[in-house]
Amino acid sequence: MNTIIFRTISPLLVSLMLLFSVFITLRGHNEPGGGFIGGLIAASAWALYGLSHGVPTVRRALRFHPMEIAGFGLFLAAATGILSLLFARNFMTGLWAFPQILGVEVALSTPMFFDIGVYFVVMGSMASIALSLEEREGGV
Amino acid sequence: MPTPISAPGWLLLILAAPFLAALLAPVLQGIAGRVSAFILALVPLASFAALLTLVPEVSAGARMTIGLDWWPAYGVRFSVLVDGLSLTFALLVTGIGTLIVLYSGGYMKGHPQAGRFMGFILAFMGAMLGLVLADDGITLFVMWEATSITSFLLIGFDHARAAARRAALQALVITGAGGLCLLAAVVLIGQATGTRTLSEIVASGETIRGSALYLPIFILVLGAAFTKSAQVPLHVWLPNAMEAPTPVSAFLHSATMVKAGVYLLMRLHPVLGGTPEWTTVLPLFGGATLITGTIMAVRQTDLKLMLAQTTVASLGLLVMLIGVSTEAAIVGAVGYLLAHAFFKGALFMVAGTIDHEAGTRDVTRLGGLRAAMPVTFVSALVAAVSMAGLPPMIGFVAKEALYLGFDESGRTALVVVAVAGNALMFVIGFAVALKPFLGPPVKTPKHAHEGPFELTVGPAVLGVVGLGAALGLGGFQAGLIAPMASAVAGRPIAPELHLIPTYVSMPLILSAVTVALGIVGYLLLSPARAAVAGIQSAIGWGPDRGFDQVVAALVAFAALVTRIVQPGRLELYMTAMVAFIAAALLIPLITLGEMPSWPSGDRPLLKEAAVMLIAVLGLAAVVVARTRLTAIVSLGIQGFAVAVLFVLFGAPDLAFTQFMVETLSVVILALVLTRLNLGERDHRPRWQMALDATVATAAGLGFAALLLKVTQVPFDRTLTDFYDAYARSIAHGRNIVNVIIVDFRGLDTLGEIAVVMVAGLAILALVRIKSRTPILPTPETGKRK
Amino acid sequence: MEPWLSGLVGLFFAASLYMMLSKKIIRILLGVAMLGNGVNLLLFTAGRITRDVPPIMPLDAYAPPEGAANALPQALILTAIVISFSFLAFLLVLAFRAFQDLGTDDTDAMRVAEPLADPGPPRGY
Repeated sequence: MNTIIFRTISPLLVSLMLLFSVFITLRGHNEPGGGFIGGLIAASAWALYGLSHGVPTVRRALRFHPMEIAGFGLFLAAATGILSLLFARNFMTGLWAFPQILGVEVALSTPMFFDIGVYFVVMGSMASIALSLEEREGGV
Repeated sequence: MPTPISAPGWLLLILAAPFLAALLAPVLQGIAGRVSAFILALVPLASFAALLTLVPEVSAGARMTIGLDWWPAYGVRFSVLVDGLSLTFALLVTGIGTLIVLYSGGYMKGHPQAGRFMGFILAFMGAMLGLVLADDGITLFVMWEATSITSFLLIGFDHARAAARRAALQALVITGAGGLCLLAAVVLIGQATGTRTLSEIVASGETIRGSALYLPIFILVLGAAFTKSAQVPLHVWLPNAMEAPTPVSAFLHSATMVKAGVYLLMRLHPVLGGTPEWTTVLPLFGGATLITGTIMAVRQTDLKLMLAQTTVASLGLLVMLIGVSTEAAIVGAVGYLLAHAFFKGALFMVAGTIDHEAGTRDVTRLGGLRAAMPVTFVSALVAAVSMAGLPPMIGFVAKEALYLGFDESGRTALVVVAVAGNALMFVIGFAVALKPFLGPPVKTPKHAHEGPFELTVGPAVLGVVGLGAALGLGGFQAGLIAPMASAVAGRPIAPELHLIPTYVSMPLILSAVTVALGIVGYLLLSPARAAVAGIQSAIGWGPDRGFDQVVAALVAFAALVTRIVQPGRLELYMTAMVAFIAAALLIPLITLGEMPSWPSGDRPLLKEAAVMLIAVLGLAAVVVARTRLTAIVSLGIQGFAVAVLFVLFGAPDLAFTQFMVETLSVVILALVLTRLNLGERDHRPRWQMALDATVATAAGLGFAALLLKVTQVPFDRTLTDFYDAYARSIAHGRNIVNVIIVDFRGLDTLGEIAVVMVAGLAILALVRIKSRTPILPTPETGKRK
Repeated sequence: MEPWLSGLVGLFFAASLYMMLSKKIIRILLGVAMLGNGVNLLLFTAGRITRDVPPIMPLDAYAPPEGAANALPQALILTAIVISFSFLAFLLVLAFRAFQDLGTDDTDAMRVAEPLADPGPPRGY
């Protein structure tokens, strides 16, 4: 899989996939998508990058260990639930706000950040699995 | 019997105090050291004093109760009953408890675990107090078990020795089994009378004796009493319990806990007593226990074991007396129980002091200690006189009373057994009290000298009490013996005991015979010991060996069962599981006539049929695949087919996820499986493949039939409608699936992503573990290394 | 449509259980992978089947369109897919490590915890 074509195309493909994964995650509340799917797409992107450029490159690009990213996601997801407690609601009650940002109404909500947490957990865990298995292969 | 009046509230405090003190004991031991025993002894002493204030009222015939609701839904209360029987026992427990706590302080001085020991002793005291004072049957059971457990902890206190562990386990097994009998008995009594409150049960003797449940209740109560009070052949745990430190033997295994069985028989005597079963079975077992115990006592050379065997014998004597069931016999039992608690407790403490100061308990290696240990010697002598049943001690009064009981019953066999047993106890009493002290001094492992105050005060006080009870017999009789005997009999009794016999009666003659036989026995002790030892080794088997054999057989049986059901072959477990699943699915469907009807209706569209066919082909290809690559690709095919099915049936989210997962699956399978050999098609013989296929097909059929049946019953849309209605209106989302995941069921999702994360961590750990040398080296891995 | 899918689910279960009855860890793993799909299809079918229309509301509506699919089983299955994948990956790595350390892929030969020459439980106290 070390062909020139693959090595040339894959960075483009990977960045597109990552962008798409964010898009899919954020639109999830209203259209097909969501944190699970987005996370899987992002993890696939990293796995692909690992196959083409070797795992060390991916690890450098990620800056953090994938499991650290997953841990951050779990923290974020749990924190959105605790935020409801601070507003004297039951744990994980959805909170919504619709601020005007640059003249556009933006829907901010705890479920959205929860979904982003899911995204990070799935991406981190799956990427960690794929990368550690690729690493065993000695960076094919 | 008078209806119970309300007891003072501090009774509950008395019950709680020992447990609190037990918690404090280890801390206190660390701070105060030797003084802590004196501080801790204040707890039982205060309880004893407080309980004493109840004596006048109770001896006037009053009964008192107090309690708390414990488990109201089942009518279980934590309730307390104070009458002549329970108050006397409670006084024994707290009074002797005070002396034992002090004694423990001296005996365990400098022991690193002394605090723990004190805690156990106090906890036991609390449990025992709860046992004798309990009014509710369940409270009684809980406290009964608590005494078994604390006894276990105390016997196994020196847990580094296998003998102590064995003794502790044996005691727990035997008395624990008895505890279960007690629980069953309480439940059955509750069924027969409609109440589990002892003070009410005692009044409903007619109901129970006439009930069909009488025999089961009787047997269960005997099971509980005979295990706890060490009746033949369940007595073996008691001599073995001498592995415990001596304060434990003195307190639990002579003065208090072993009397719990006797207490139970006494408590239920008004209910169960007097029937032919009662007056036959109890004297039979009691007599056998008396004779066994005394003969075994003759055989021993260890002071503690000699005493332990006579304790077994005394318990047998008590059971015999309760079994006779007449007023005189009950008075004899009550008197003997009290006398025994005084003299046996004292003798055990003496034995412990000798052991502590001289370094050995072997009677053949002791002698001439009277000069070195004068106080202990006098205490021992006083206790032995009481044990031998000689005036002017309470033991004499008790023995006269019990001879009167046996004599009145007119059962000559019982009289003979009692006289023989008492003569042998006379022998042992003096053997323990005289042999170590008289004669020329013998060199002992430690240089013997008098024990400290804590060790000498206990036997001395008990000796004084034994003497005082006899000299002040009138007050003792009115204050304790009469109320206790009345409670046992279930009707007021006014015993007439005398220290100085008024005329030459039958009991006096029997006493004289006992003493004569005893003196002869004392002189013949050494040859008798040799003879019993010879007979015992000739028989070569006893209940104690039997216990080991039962335990070994149980372990062997467990190992056998484990080997059969857990042979360590995964495919057998799997086959059993799958076969069971198939049976669980198919049998109810068939036997209950719930098989789904043959389907009719819409056919799949061409594209749907095509995708399903692809899925089936993918499955088949995986099953028959010969190489890794074929298997992985086929697996991918069936996975993608499922994804397409999701698309076709309106589930784009699922399809999306499935596509991504299948892609990743194929990638990681390819990464890993390149290192593993799928090997030839299968390693199973043909019959095995046929069997597996049959079982798997049956299970598949079961799932298909279940699913078909499910889809044929009307569909409940309640939940779906709820989510449809509120997904946008309150959760502001148009994709209902996503709204359910992140909002409605967010907590579930939180759990699920945690699982995903844990799986990731586990995989990381597995990958990172350093590869060790293969545990089972094979040529293949050998090459790789 | 449900009867056809019921049949398909039955085949999924039969095939995957047959694989799992093998002694070879690879075949067991493949069986586990297929079993996940079978279970998901079972849930999906039990929630009743409709064609094409996903449970997503149009921009102007506050209810899903007529004849939309049942959203509830989909929500259940979506997380189940991801979890069963994590599980499969874990089993895969576990099997791989077992193969590395034990040198065998035959479950009968994996006898470190339960050796054939079992000395039996300890005697005594």
